Amino acid sequence: MADAVAGRDKCGEPRLVSLPLSRIRVIMKSSPEVSSINQEALVLTAKATELFVQHLAACSYRRGSGRERKALTYADLSKTAEEAETFQFLADILPKKILASKYLKMLKEKRVEDEEENDSGDGNDGHEAES
Amino acid sequence: GRRGAGRKPVWIRLWRRGKSGRRGGLRKRLETEARASAPSAMAERPEDLNLPNAVITRIIKEALPDGVNISKEARSAISRAASVFVLYATSCANNFAMKGKRKTLNASDVLSAMEEMEFQRFVTPLKEALEAYRREQKGKKEASEQKKKDKDKKTDAEEQDKSRDEDNEEDEERLEEEEQNEEEEVD
Repeated sequence: MADAVAGRDKCGEPRLVSLPLSRIRVIMKSSPEVSSINQEALVLTAKATELFVQHLAACSYRRGSGRERKALTYADLSKTAEEAETFQFLADILPKKILASKYLKMLKEKRVEDEEENDSGDGNDGHEAES
Repeated sequence: GRRGAGRKPVWIRLWRRGKSGRRGGLRKRLETEARASAPSAMAERPEDLNLPNAVITRIIKEALPDGVNISKEARSAISRAASVFVLYATSCANNFAMKGKRKTLNASDVLSAMEEMEFQRFVTPLKEALEAYRREQKGKKEASEQKKKDKDKKTDAEEQDKSRDEDNEEDEERLEEEEQNEEEEVD
């Protein structure tokens, strides 16, 4: 286990891939349309995932809030998911966080807005239609 | 709201309504897929779809300057993101396999998926890794075949010699395991 963490195999050589292939396979197989996975595809997916983790961490750190340059925070990641084109697919699982009290306030304000618009009679929401 | 002395602020996550379309619908599809696969698969606890924290942390640290800390929440978020990445990549690669009328995902499908997902920067290091992996496999196979040849020579030359070649057995077991892995069957 220590070797796995250090990224070296029994002979002390740097491992090709550190993430456990068995776990990667479990995730891949949870996709119902997939029937078989060739061993090379498994190794490449694991390697790609490692590259992705590094890419995401580095981009988020660079893009970070600027306040705490000695740490990578959740907010940095969330910001990156929202702003960077390549990480858009993560936006749903890395949502921004706000204070609950602020959110409740927002809800109240929106309700008031909606009521006012309905009173004006044109019936249009004025917000972006959801496709 | 009122904040009494000593009351902690409550943080919540503001979930955006996803954009519809391929990317926006991914989270919904992930949830649907996880539910759908639950009854049939062996071990479907949420932990099994996660990657080990220690390894993830090490990989993150390699990408950041020395001395930078990673909050627990950030680490956990990256781990989740990695799992989503695997699913997204698998789905993409599978499309290429289906286009090629194949049922088994192969290396080129994964490489094509990376381009499709706009991670071209990964393609070169992945190709290098693939070459290294193939060399390693070839080396193992040749080593095992050589040992087998030596073993045969020994038993020919000598009489009943009950030599236990543990290394040899280990290699063969590992090779068998890998071969089995290649022949994945439909669940």
